[in-house]
Amino acid sequence: MSDPRAHILGAIKDALRHARLPESARPNNDESPAERLGDHRANLIPARGKLGSKARIDLFIREAERVNATVARVSGLGGVPREVARYLSKNNLPTTLKIAPAVAEPVIPWTTQTLLTVEQGRAKGSDTVGVSRAFAGVAETGTLVMLSGPGNPTTLNFLPPTHVVVIAAADIAGDYEEVWARIRKAGAGGGKGFMPRAVNWITGPSRTADIEQMLLLGAHGPQRLHIVIADDEIPRP
Amino acid sequence: MRSTAATFEENAKKALADGKLRDALSRLSEGFPAKRRDAAARLPEFDALRDQARDIKNHVLAHLDFYLEAFEARVTALGGTVHWCRTGTEACDAVLAICRKAGARTVTKSKSMIGEEIAINEHLEKHGIEPVETDLGEYIIQLRHEPPSHIIAPAIHLTKKQIADTFRDKHRQLAPDRSLEEPRTLLEEARGELRDKFIAADVGLTGANMLIAETGSTVLVTNEGNADLTYSLPKVHVVIASLEKVVPTLEDATTILRVLARSATGQDMSVYTTFCTGPKRPGDLDGPDEFHVVLLDNGRTRMLGGEFHEMLRCIRCGACLNHCPVYKAVGGHAYGWVYSGPMGAVLIPGLIGLDEAGHLPNASTFCGKCEEVCPMRIPLPSMLRSWRRLQFEQRKTSATSRVGLGLWAFLARRPRLYRLALGLGIAVLGKLGRAQGRFRWLPFGGAWTGLRDFPTPEGRTFQSRWQRERSGGRR
Repeated sequence: MSDPRAHILGAIKDALRHARLPESARPNNDESPAERLGDHRANLIPARGKLGSKARIDLFIREAERVNATVARVSGLGGVPREVARYLSKNNLPTTLKIAPAVAEPVIPWTTQTLLTVEQGRAKGSDTVGVSRAFAGVAETGTLVMLSGPGNPTTLNFLPPTHVVVIAAADIAGDYEEVWARIRKAGAGGGKGFMPRAVNWITGPSRTADIEQMLLLGAHGPQRLHIVIADDEIPRP
Repeated sequence: MRSTAATFEENAKKALADGKLRDALSRLSEGFPAKRRDAAARLPEFDALRDQARDIKNHVLAHLDFYLEAFEARVTALGGTVHWCRTGTEACDAVLAICRKAGARTVTKSKSMIGEEIAINEHLEKHGIEPVETDLGEYIIQLRHEPPSHIIAPAIHLTKKQIADTFRDKHRQLAPDRSLEEPRTLLEEARGELRDKFIAADVGLTGANMLIAETGSTVLVTNEGNADLTYSLPKVHVVIASLEKVVPTLEDATTILRVLARSATGQDMSVYTTFCTGPKRPGDLDGPDEFHVVLLDNGRTRMLGGEFHEMLRCIRCGACLNHCPVYKAVGGHAYGWVYSGPMGAVLIPGLIGLDEAGHLPNASTFCGKCEEVCPMRIPLPSMLRSWRRLQFEQRKTSATSRVGLGLWAFLARRPRLYRLALGLGIAVLGKLGRAQGRFRWLPFGGAWTGLRDFPTPEGRTFQSRWQRERSGGRR
């Protein structure tokens, strides 16, 4: 017996050489795979997200709210602490935050809100509120795009029952393809290509319908997702 | 997983007599199809995206060896490892070896159909490692030692009362008289039970909805967030995936994602769509130190290039199950193996053989709804027909049905004789049954008359009536 890798690849080559495929199974052009990988061109992009900046942000908010996220707008990052304090007190939530280094002082002036206790780092099981920064938003579906990295631990997105995400209005794109193009340029891969270890698209808070198809929020991930849009921030590089 | 597909007929009879299953399945048939319809209506480009999704997979399958090697090269460059496995046994051994090397005692696991296919849980348990299912539905059926009954809603066959009974029985450390009336309470209890397991696990095992050749990424689509806790907390992340899951680029994956959730649950996008690319990077505060992809063949290369090639486009959304009159009548367990519904009826014989799963391609009314809703435009009915043809050719059907079909084929190829025989038969039946208007029993018609009466024919064949109407129209 040959080794499994050679065996499988051999079986594939053999099957493809002798393939007799109906019309519906044939590739519709003879594009070479190497070309396709190199070009990584976009396929059809729905018209839905192709909007001017104001309408795009409005669509993002509408779509995010449709999937049970809440959204607030502040004029700049300086306004974030006050909004977070307001949100937590309105919902009777604990005021101790576990925040991502990317949103720590001096980026966001947390000390202006004495009500809040702020700690930095990855999430622990006991954390109740996580705060992180989105790399981008996608108006098409109200989706947040989070990149892992030293400034943004992935666990903050999933472990605490309340997740607050800060995003600059200028980072809200119309569609996913636009965000991939930005990620290809951003160099967030820590020296290993352009992809960071984890790219997380988040569309609303966690949910399940596994019990009699009844929708329940907060299955394992956060039960609440609060998005704070900072209007006047310059886009991320 | 051990198959009971060979006893489909008995399985289906049992399912039809199960009142609780009836309730559960009627909820399913009200929910998913309406949600899918609404989501499709909200996106004018939906059908055009389905065409493109089909084209992407057709291209990939035609260059499958290239894309798998490209994927492997990227994973390796990132510091990860790809393990090629021909069979379920090889895949189980690969996972076990990784777990042993990591000194693992518990493994958290997010829902994976490949995991079911290779029966990884049994294998780990047998070797002293505890696998913990973390998807709520999978957790419930793991406690009950049952297989999933639906690709995306594994516990769809259970009522909340059954789930409450299971929790009371298995969570013995909790107060026995606690209230478990509300679904919310059940969810909170499961969440509480699983929290510490997530944090304590040594290895996280997930499936993958896609593999991306360009970047060496694996794509995970979930709603609960359990998969994300599964790969981000333990030291080792193992992805198990079958080889047809590969797609060329991030853009191609994006196109398929646009049709996946809409077809599955009617969401525009699932809550969590995750692209995992290799192990932890320098400076990362969390994430696994090791990243493994266990790549499984298990019969797929046998389907490649042949009659069932197009089945390899399937993205496991479950839309064909949700719209299938047979699935909605008997549920997933009756099919007797990991998959079910129309996609299962095509795939299962391909993976475990026609001898074992020969009943499944026959469990179809050929209504065509499955093909109509399939986001990858897989011609499921015509492939079911192919299996039936193979069955006939390989003499795997019963002697009676072969003789019957042979007789019918003989007549069908001789139109004049066919018309004569049919006209005669119908005239005789019409005469015999005129008084009653129906037959309670007919020779060779027991399968029909066992459950319902056969109406008396009105004395003329459809063809002769049609001819008369047409000539009447011309007058």
